[in-house]
Amino acid sequence: MKEDKLRIGVFVCECGLNIAGSLDCEEVKKYAETLEDVVVSVVNKYTCADPGQNEIKKYIKEHNLNRVVVASCTPLMHEPTFRTCVAEAGLNPYLFEMANIREHCSWVHLHDRKAATEKAKDIVKVAVAKARHLKPQIEAEVPVTNKVLVIGGGVAGIQAALDLADTGYQVYLVEKQPSIGGIMAQLDKTYPTMDCSI
Amino acid sequence: MMDVGRHPRIKLFVYSEVEDVSGYVGNFKVKVRKKARYVDENECNACAECAKICPVVVPDEFQMGFSSRKAIYIQLPQAVPSAYVLDMNACLGNNPIACGKCVEVCDKKCIDYDMQDQFIDLEVGAIIVASGMDVYDPTELDEFGYTRFDNVITSMEFERLICAGGPTTGHFIRLSDRETPKTIGFVQCVGSRSERRGNRYCSNICCMNTIKDTVLLKDHYPDIEVKVFYMDLRAFGKGFEDLLRRSRSEGVKYIRGIPGEIYEDSKTKNLILDVENTTTGEVEKHELDMLVLSVGVIPRQDGDLIQKLLTLSRTVDGFFMESHPKLKPVDAPTRGVFFAGCSESPKDVKDSVTQASASASRAGILLSSDRIKVEAITSVIDKDKCTSCGICYQACPFKAIVVDRKAKIPAEVIEAACAGCGTCGAECPFGAVTMKHFTDEQIFPQIDAILEENPQDKIVVFACNWCSYQGGDNAGMSRLQYPATGRIIRTMCSGRVDEQFILYAFSKGAPIVLVSGCHFADCHYIDANRWTQKRVEKLWDKLERKGIRPERLQLEWISAAEGQKFAKVMREIEEMRQKVTPEEIEHTKKVLSDWKPKGAKRRPKKAEVKIEA
Repeated sequence: MKEDKLRIGVFVCECGLNIAGSLDCEEVKKYAETLEDVVVSVVNKYTCADPGQNEIKKYIKEHNLNRVVVASCTPLMHEPTFRTCVAEAGLNPYLFEMANIREHCSWVHLHDRKAATEKAKDIVKVAVAKARHLKPQIEAEVPVTNKVLVIGGGVAGIQAALDLADTGYQVYLVEKQPSIGGIMAQLDKTYPTMDCSI
Repeated sequence: MMDVGRHPRIKLFVYSEVEDVSGYVGNFKVKVRKKARYVDENECNACAECAKICPVVVPDEFQMGFSSRKAIYIQLPQAVPSAYVLDMNACLGNNPIACGKCVEVCDKKCIDYDMQDQFIDLEVGAIIVASGMDVYDPTELDEFGYTRFDNVITSMEFERLICAGGPTTGHFIRLSDRETPKTIGFVQCVGSRSERRGNRYCSNICCMNTIKDTVLLKDHYPDIEVKVFYMDLRAFGKGFEDLLRRSRSEGVKYIRGIPGEIYEDSKTKNLILDVENTTTGEVEKHELDMLVLSVGVIPRQDGDLIQKLLTLSRTVDGFFMESHPKLKPVDAPTRGVFFAGCSESPKDVKDSVTQASASASRAGILLSSDRIKVEAITSVIDKDKCTSCGICYQACPFKAIVVDRKAKIPAEVIEAACAGCGTCGAECPFGAVTMKHFTDEQIFPQIDAILEENPQDKIVVFACNWCSYQGGDNAGMSRLQYPATGRIIRTMCSGRVDEQFILYAFSKGAPIVLVSGCHFADCHYIDANRWTQKRVEKLWDKLERKGIRPERLQLEWISAAEGQKFAKVMREIEEMRQKVTPEEIEHTKKVLSDWKPKGAKRRPKKAEVKIEA
């Protein structure tokens, strides 16, 4: 697949004051604009919220972006959100990269705005460097075995097993002891209702 | 309990343990060991004839050792399945000279001394971990005299002594003279909320459990004098405050203060407590017939295997760590695995049931799909570069690579089995492996980006997605402050961190490089981080030979819960960075100036990277 010239959009999230409170998002945005292949950079109040996501989609269309970098929180939190967002705008979800300027920057350098801003710029630069080399990927699909294993036959395992079995799934319940019941079975009465445990 | 035994869609494996788990979300393969019970659980009708004749008497664990059972026994009267089990460690054996009496009396002929452990293979799409908790052992808190004084018991022992199904059929007695106590005290937070001994966390259930116990005692013995020694009372749940009011209104005294020392009157066997009442500020003396230690909840002490098999992590308190403390509280970080009950944190019956239903619902979402998408992060092998050496095959923790060294057939990745750690890519000496979404072509430019300006002021940090990167997230969530000199490059596993990335970073002027991954038991790719360790150790030697201080390459294991450690490591390596002189960096750059990427792999030059083919 022959691709056009790289066109990267960088979206810098303020996350209310979570990020903007301890680093200069406007400066990070301006810095991002100076990076090679970055065609547009934007500051959002909350990039993950609808207005922020709509802006990403709008810029992808208007600026014909083929890579998107969001500088906000940890990818463990919102990578799936933004992958879906860029996919809705017609981009392969793997052409998205995240720059973690919250957990790894604004929150851990609360009292040194200058150093935090400089670090955030670097984090964006690193993300853009990766973004240049991102390739579209196709996610494989795998079948799902609709059976479930429950490890432990105490009150929690019993409840989970019953709920799943009642939903219609085959349940395997594995218990170490000769009987199910767990610690709950050893209790006399339970609070706050003062009724029997078994 | 009974419903589980009867449900047509629940297959129960009791006296069984999970031995092995492989596969991935939607497609787990599980091996279960069903231990020999020596009694056919389907045939046994719990007539109890076997136990009547059995001559071996041992302490009954279910009754906390307060009564005895036989070598052949039923765990509890309401057991599910309702069947006996033969404790082979206690049994005299089926030898006509020694014993074998139970076999003779069993009408249904369901006792079988030759029964063997069975292994059952299961295929499941999801796994719910409801492996439970253990109870804190107060032996180490010797001032409370649990091991020295007969009339000091734990709250678990209290349960059996007050229970109609217990060893005294609910007739509550103290152990020294088997009399019902007239005065009884409860000591709260035993093993909980302590910086020094026991655990730091609040065990969640003990306040309410004690309040319940006091109400039970007052129900059974209205004249009994009950005192509760506490530091804080946590009655926060629905209906909890009402129960506390009821307890107080029935005359139970609540005294804010934990006893410092407990003595026994050698004649009466009564207990004498010295306690500072922190409400009045006065030191009080209390004499009691009996004392209950309200012991805390601790993580399962045998949970290591489950942790390893399912690649789970633990939070600092030792309980299994959830995917997100607020947004994904019942999901494990391993996709397709969910938590229910105390395996995740101490909780009471209601919370356990609530979480179990949540967990069942989360698992149901997964199970209701015929097919699911998996992340496209897998390895691909370039057949032209592959020499069929087999190193990638050895390195792969999932055995997802096939290669025929003899026939020189190049290696190939089984995509469905590949979990995407990238260890094969780091180990391949010929640059034949491309780890999708974490390629060499993506990682080298990240190193360049970090070190392009003022490299002497920066630390290159490689962090694995599951543990050390999330440890960094945890530091952030906890607002732990550390120097702003680290620059993180995320890989899925530390096993992906190729030697050449590290050497390249040094050649570009990095003063310090940190490689960080999961602790060995936590590695999300079985044992891929062992390869990281081997590789870094080899590299330390190599650096030394080249006259580069090996200390400049740091290796740390940081779990997702260890924000504190992450921040500490960042502070420590910043100190190290400050000691690296410009001359040293220049020397390293010179030494490594002839360094080239491994194998035939060629790193794209800057000019080439703009247009991707």
